[in-house]
Amino acid sequence: MGVLHLTRSVWEQIRAHGEETYPHECCGALLGVSMAGGWKVEAAVAAGNTRTDSAHNRYHIAPLELVKIEREARRQGLGIAGFYHSHPDHPAQWSPTDFAEAHWLGCSYVITAVAQGKAAVTNSFLLAGTTEEDKRFEQDTILVEGDVVSPERC
Amino acid sequence: MTVFIPTPLRPYAGGKDTVEIDAPTVAAALELLTGTHPDLRKHLFTAEGRLRAFVNLYLNDEDVRYLPEKEATSVKATDTLSIIPSIAGGN
Repeated sequence: MGVLHLTRSVWEQIRAHGEETYPHECCGALLGVSMAGGWKVEAAVAAGNTRTDSAHNRYHIAPLELVKIEREARRQGLGIAGFYHSHPDHPAQWSPTDFAEAHWLGCSYVITAVAQGKAAVTNSFLLAGTTEEDKRFEQDTILVEGDVVSPERC
Repeated sequence: MTVFIPTPLRPYAGGKDTVEIDAPTVAAALELLTGTHPDLRKHLFTAEGRLRAFVNLYLNDEDVRYLPEKEATSVKATDTLSIIPSIAGGN
């Protein structure tokens, strides 16, 4: 199991974002540095969800927005550690859609269940493997300033 | 031209986040990139040699697939090429 280190500010920010966009899915990028066994996330960047046709259960970040997020990350000496999104009234567990659309091998995908407008469980899943053919999600342990906050049972 | 390598592909580019490539077009740059880092090829291209559907290429701030010349677009030394795998999902 990998480890995702978050600051309390990032933890609260990504969960609050899910509450703000409820009943739609929120999404964004996590910026940080790679470390043994996982990532140390220093910042979260909220992104737009282009799936306005089905925002209650789908998200997509425009590639140009990622180009700009990466540019800013490089300026800060950081890299893209992963992404976050929310599941309105749905468990904080990756779905077949999440898996099919996951291509950032080595990065963590953080999902927050937002139940009736309130952030509930947050889980993180590392996209492990080396190719599209052997990729798989492995649950991370999320540490917020040293405290284990995930995994929790959904 | 500077090619920005995304996190998932850095292990196949010698761990680098950027690679400097001297090439006349986007296609030539990709050919040179995968020539010097052959492990990158299968992550960028299908067995038939087509760019994988989830791989987005941005020449500066322009999506290469919507440029008139697409991968045949000429590039300058000051240009940047960003490789951006798609990010999407949902419950």
